[in-house]
Amino acid sequence: MFKLKHLAIACGTAATLAAAAPAQAQYSGDVIRIGFISDLSGLYADIDGPAGAEAIKMAVADLGGAVNGKKIEVLVADHQNKADVAAAKAREWFDQQGLDLLIGGTNSGTSLAMAKVAAEKKKPFIAIGAGSSALTNEQCSPYTVHYAYDTTALAKGTVPAVVKAGGKSWYFLTADYAFGTALQGDASKLVTASGGTIAGSVRHPLAASDFSSFLLQAQTSKAQILGLANAGGDTINAIKAANEFGITKTMKLAGLLMFINDVHSLGLKATQGMYLTDSWYWNQSAESKAWGRRFFEKFKRMPSSLQAADYSATLTYLNAIKAIGTDDGDKAIEKLHTVKINDMYAKNGYIRADGSMIHDMYLMQVKTPETSTTPWDYYNVVATSKGEDAFTTKAESRCALWK
Amino acid sequence: MEIFGIPIQAFLGQLLLGLVNGSFYAMLSLGLAVIFGLLGIVNFAHGALYMIGAYVAWIGADRFGMNYWVALFVAPLVVAAGGMVVERTLLKHLYKLDPLYGLLLTFGLALIAEGVFRDQFGVSGQQYAVPEALQGATNLGFMVLPNYRAWVVLVSLGVCLGTWFLIERTRLGSYLRAGTENPALVQAFGVNVPLMVMLTYGAGTGLAALAGVLAAPVIQITPLMGSNLIITVFAVVVIGGMGSILGSILTGLALGLVEGLTKVFYPEASNIVVFVIMAIVLVIRPAGLFGKEK
Repeated sequence: MFKLKHLAIACGTAATLAAAAPAQAQYSGDVIRIGFISDLSGLYADIDGPAGAEAIKMAVADLGGAVNGKKIEVLVADHQNKADVAAAKAREWFDQQGLDLLIGGTNSGTSLAMAKVAAEKKKPFIAIGAGSSALTNEQCSPYTVHYAYDTTALAKGTVPAVVKAGGKSWYFLTADYAFGTALQGDASKLVTASGGTIAGSVRHPLAASDFSSFLLQAQTSKAQILGLANAGGDTINAIKAANEFGITKTMKLAGLLMFINDVHSLGLKATQGMYLTDSWYWNQSAESKAWGRRFFEKFKRMPSSLQAADYSATLTYLNAIKAIGTDDGDKAIEKLHTVKINDMYAKNGYIRADGSMIHDMYLMQVKTPETSTTPWDYYNVVATSKGEDAFTTKAESRCALWK
Repeated sequence: MEIFGIPIQAFLGQLLLGLVNGSFYAMLSLGLAVIFGLLGIVNFAHGALYMIGAYVAWIGADRFGMNYWVALFVAPLVVAAGGMVVERTLLKHLYKLDPLYGLLLTFGLALIAEGVFRDQFGVSGQQYAVPEALQGATNLGFMVLPNYRAWVVLVSLGVCLGTWFLIERTRLGSYLRAGTENPALVQAFGVNVPLMVMLTYGAGTGLAALAGVLAAPVIQITPLMGSNLIITVFAVVVIGGMGSILGSILTGLALGLVEGLTKVFYPEASNIVVFVIMAIVLVIRPAGLFGKEK
């Protein structure tokens, strides 16, 4: 037994030297485990979902499947849009699988729950699909990184532009959960700050089957703009019903969170001219286009900003732990707060004390069917907001870590 | 003039929309009631069949240029044919067992169907155009009603009343009802009971598919469209009384109206109001509003 132990130590040392890793290289369990918990089968499964998991695996493959000679494993689970399922799965992985990094997919309710578990376990948690700005405000945590976008950035991107274009009075159609109320709150503040007024709002249940009733209430308000503070299938069905009931003749729609998949599904005829804010568009640069093509080869559709962010976040984390030679949660998060993120997703991105990854956001306008020349050619980028302007400012922040 | 602080025009508009939704509930719960009432099967695959009906219409239009009017007949027939195969190969083995087995089997089939469609088409969904003849909207004074929604209400009411008449007022219907009471005796009179049962299941599933085609132009066709609806529809059937044809029709329409009004007064509760009513009804009348105590 004694000899065996010596042999093991010798082998371990040799392996470490051979890999030429930093001298103190230590990875718990000799493997790096990344967990991804998202909506894999529900109404948000297309904007992130199984293809988001594949994007994470693409990043792992691009690093050769290993960091300093230690294998990278990716675990994937479906939270079915239930916060308790997400939290339980996260806890199980941290406790039993020695999870090193948790990546949270769509649905803010689930991400807020997972952030608490990660903080308790002192492991990094990167929220990507979730939009609620609470993740980096009231509920900010030293272990949370909010990577792609938040409701504040969405509202700041779209609302002032629409008010400036003449949309002064607003009515909100809001999904009745953490994300929807956060988005409506952020947007309302900006409407009044930009000189507009709020005519009212109605909250609908998540995955509502029929929107006509809510839309009729919106129309009775006589507001100029109908702000859609919802996402995915709910946004799609709301836009569809708004066209059918002729709401679009008297009100303009502003989608506060729309993904390219939603535009693709609805078609340009129903969405043309709409403004939306997003963190990434496949056709924004040569690099993003090249990655978009790789993704397209696999899935026969272009990636959403979330899938691009899944890829980028994984690379960022793996490069960070490669540099420091350990997957220790505290050291990894410390390193993440010092790196500059430059890849096909973000330029000069960095992670701020409140956990927000600061990067440029883009205001897009959906093209008309006539001006769209190739498949998935859907947007004109009409404005770029610099990271510092796009996200919450220090004065607005409600995060105790950034004071 | 106002009702509880809501202008009467908006109030009427909401009632009408409630009726539109109620007619979907009525048609779906009708199919469930027929299948449960005559076969004793709790058909949890009903939502999936509704979804498949919509997809058959979409695939037909997308791949074969099939128009809406043809789809109204083809989709129910395709789904009914599939339903009859399932009845002959799987369900028929369960008639003598506890209804729970049928529930589990159909629930499993529904999950498989949803999984297959999700894998094939994703969840963002497909668009189905409103047929040309039914495009546009009519201004009723208190609201603008899209013509297509009016059509949905008419078709649904027609189908519901037709089904009720067929089962409760015709000779064929009396065979059906007798066949469920005492299959051996009815068989002895020379009626082919297994064939009748198979056709009944086919008809019930066809009704679900028809509702799917009717819904296709107004909502996003996604693999999840059935599961979003099926639980509510089950609540409708329970409130109406399991197996009661007339009960399911009237309850479907009434709950559409109640839900519509909830969307005005307290929108957050609109997806639970049906279940609250279900709980109350079960306490007061366990057999449902129109059900018979056994």
